[in-house]
Amino acid sequence: MSNAMSVLEGAVSTGFVTVRDAGLTGMVSVRADLTDAATVAALSSCGITVPVVRQIVDGVAWMAPDELLLVTEYADAPALAQKVQAAMADTHALVHVVSDARAVLRVEGAGTKEALAKLCPVDLATLAPGEVRRTRLAQVAAAFWLEDAENAQIICFRSVADYVFGVLQMSARKGSEVGVFTR
Amino acid sequence: MLTLKCPYCGVQACETELSPGYEAHLKRFGPGSSDDDFETYLFTRPNVKGVHFERWRHAYGCGKWFLAARCTTTLEVFGTYSAQTPAPPAEIIEAIKSKRPDWSPET
Repeated sequence: MSNAMSVLEGAVSTGFVTVRDAGLTGMVSVRADLTDAATVAALSSCGITVPVVRQIVDGVAWMAPDELLLVTEYADAPALAQKVQAAMADTHALVHVVSDARAVLRVEGAGTKEALAKLCPVDLATLAPGEVRRTRLAQVAAAFWLEDAENAQIICFRSVADYVFGVLQMSARKGSEVGVFTR
Repeated sequence: MLTLKCPYCGVQACETELSPGYEAHLKRFGPGSSDDDFETYLFTRPNVKGVHFERWRHAYGCGKWFLAARCTTTLEVFGTYSAQTPAPPAEIIEAIKSKRPDWSPET
């Protein structure tokens, strides 16, 4: 078995905010009709509560009307997927470990909203912490959420992690602050 | 810039987050239909200047297809609704009529 490596290998960049590789993160994608009572019951038997639209609660993120993303420790993901898969055996569902298909980055600092606002067509002035926003980050698809006003986590495809790191690094370059959220 | 509200995830999605699916509510003519019907289904579009019903996909967001009613000249959006809707719903028709009194669904 080869060693699992995070694609950015712990890269850190410091501009007016810090952009860093969040390291290996466990992610399990669940595709099922989230409004279906059988689905909800099967998930709750694994201790998973379906969050309301676009929210992330205790590592369970609402991604689409038929998609959840479970965020956990890297090593725990296969066991979690197996548990959820077993619970959902009788429902129309797909459960898969996507830890190695995705990359997770963190943006930290007072200008976090600003660094993201330069790249995403999202109204960051009204985006509340805990709301998952799937969107376009420069030229690629990404999902991010604010943990609080100064910290954000970004999930993107592993294949574009280097690009995402690069554009965030450029967006956060010192001296390029617009100051729109601090006025 | 066109901004449409995705009826599935509720996001105010800008045009760059969406991919277009062109005219909505087409009646499909598939195998067994006449060549004329098939050609009309494939190629003939009214290409209206004004109120238009369209399909859009929230491609960078939740990935769902939805339908939108908008004006092709002013980019005014009258509303968006679920893709599982065979004809424009009453509230969308009402919203259009309140802003375009001389418009009727047949045109």
